[in-house]
This record gives sequence, C-alpha cells and structure tokens, in this order.
Amino acid sequence: MKVRVDVMLKTGVLDPQGEAVRHALGNLGFDGVEKVRQGKVIELDLADGTSKEDVKKMCEKLLANTVIENYAIKVL
Amino acid sequence: MKAGVIVFPGSNCDRDLAVAFERAGAQVKMIWHKETELPDDLDIVGVPGGFSFGDYLRCGAIAAQSPITRSLIKHTERGGYAIGICNGFQVLTETGILPGALMRNANLKFICKPIDLKVETTDCDFLSGYEKGQVITVPIAHHDGNYNVTDEKLAQLRDEGRIAFTYLDNPNGSTGDIAGVISKNRRVLGMMPHPERCVDEKHGGTDGVAMFRSLVDSVVAA
Repeated sequence: MKVRVDVMLKTGVLDPQGEAVRHALGNLGFDGVEKVRQGKVIELDLADGTSKEDVKKMCEKLLANTVIENYAIKVL
Repeated sequence: MKAGVIVFPGSNCDRDLAVAFERAGAQVKMIWHKETELPDDLDIVGVPGGFSFGDYLRCGAIAAQSPITRSLIKHTERGGYAIGICNGFQVLTETGILPGALMRNANLKFICKPIDLKVETTDCDFLSGYEKGQVITVPIAHHDGNYNVTDEKLAQLRDEGRIAFTYLDNPNGSTGDIAGVISKNRRVLGMMPHPERCVDEKHGGTDGVAMFRSLVDSVVAA
C-alpha cells in the first residue's frame, strides 16, 4: 500500500523559499505569478492494513512539524 | 558540577561546548546519541550545534527522535538544566521542550558572523552573569535560524519574561527579533548564536564566558 503525505507550511507562515521561486519565475518573464508556496512530498510504502491512524501518528510525530506545517494524507 | 554533551552524527560544536563547560569548572562527559539513558548525576545537558543527521527532513527533526533525546526530555521534566545551541536549539524546539520552530533564514543565505544581542532577562541561571539590557557580541552560523512563533505565543513569551536574547539587527527574519528563549521553569535555554565560540581571547571575544560561569556557580551554590 502506497501513501503520499503532502507537507505544507501553514497559511500565514512566511515561506521565504516560495517567495524566492516566485521572484525567479517573474525574472523568467512569467507574469502574473501571484504566490508560490513550497512544500514536501513524502511517499511511504506500507504493509497492507496499516491504519490511517498510524499514518497520522507518523505525521504528527515526525513527518511534519505541526507548529508551522500542515499535512495531508492520500492513499495512492 | 557535571555536564553532559550529547553527540549526534553531524554534530560539530560538541567539543567547543565541552571546552566552554570545562573552562567554567564543570566536569564534562560526552554522550553518544545511541545511549538510551543519560547518566543520573548530570546537572546539565548540552545539545551542541552542527548538522545532526545532515539536517534531513527538517533541522533537528531526526535527532529529536534519537533514544538519548527521550532521556533528555525526562531530564528536563525532572527540572534538570539544559542548553541547546544552534542545531541544539532546533532539536529542543522539535522535541517540544521549547516553543516555536526554526525556519530557513528570510534571505535564504547561510549567515556566519559576529552579531550583537541584547540580554532581555537575567532571571535565569544562564543569564544572571549579565545585566538586563546589556549588549553582547556572539557569533552566529546558521541557515535555519528564523524563529517562528504565533502572535499569541510571542505575547506569552513576553509576558512570562522568557525571551533570553534579541538581535539588535535581525539577521534572519526571526519573529520579535528573538535569538534565544527559555523554558517555563527557566532551566532550559535555546539559542541560535554560539556562546561557546566566544570564551577565549583568541576567539575574538569572551562575551560567552559569563553564561557558562553563572550557570556553574548557580549549580554549585545550590
């Protein structure tokens, strides 16, 4: 079973890396890029039957820092 | 007075921190991260700077899950002293021992230079050797020192007098210019600047000496 976890900075937390990417896109001539947020994608290969509850715990304990980040779990 | 310095793979300020403790009169024991228990007789535990586990996932995130870190959490819960410097501060926030999180510097650059800090409180055994409002010069060397807390948490830290140091000229985008914070019981200090890198004339400054000395004196007197 494959699970994908998306980790993104919470709304309101300034994302300097996303901001730098937005700038660079502007420099390349792509007008109208109003906002860029950069996050992480983590793919997990899990034993069948692993509960969503366990994946949630993985996110809370390690994969995301919930002080500044949100996460979303997707079973692929 | 007995100090322990935890060593993770990728720590690189561990020896400097040990020397700073020794100079202040402490006996120092180095503790490899795979140890499961800290020695019982430690008065203080130091979490050094560096790049523990290559900064993988997030700075300090993997170290925060090391076996020895569980023992460190228990040590702080018992009221033991601890200091986390630079990567050590990142580890302490990742464990939740200290509030907030350290993000990429706002200018995205690794910054390595001496910097002026204002001492915001002296009501802490690490800081009692300074004067409140005193400006000290301490080196910084980090890529992820941008301290982030919510507005409510910032207000709480201010109310409780838990901001240890602020930057005079904020180098990294930290909320409230914060360079270091202390725990609720005032026995755990986390800071991005490196006081262990200014304890000898040959370092170019000695403003870090008072921190290690006041801590050792407080523990010995207790």
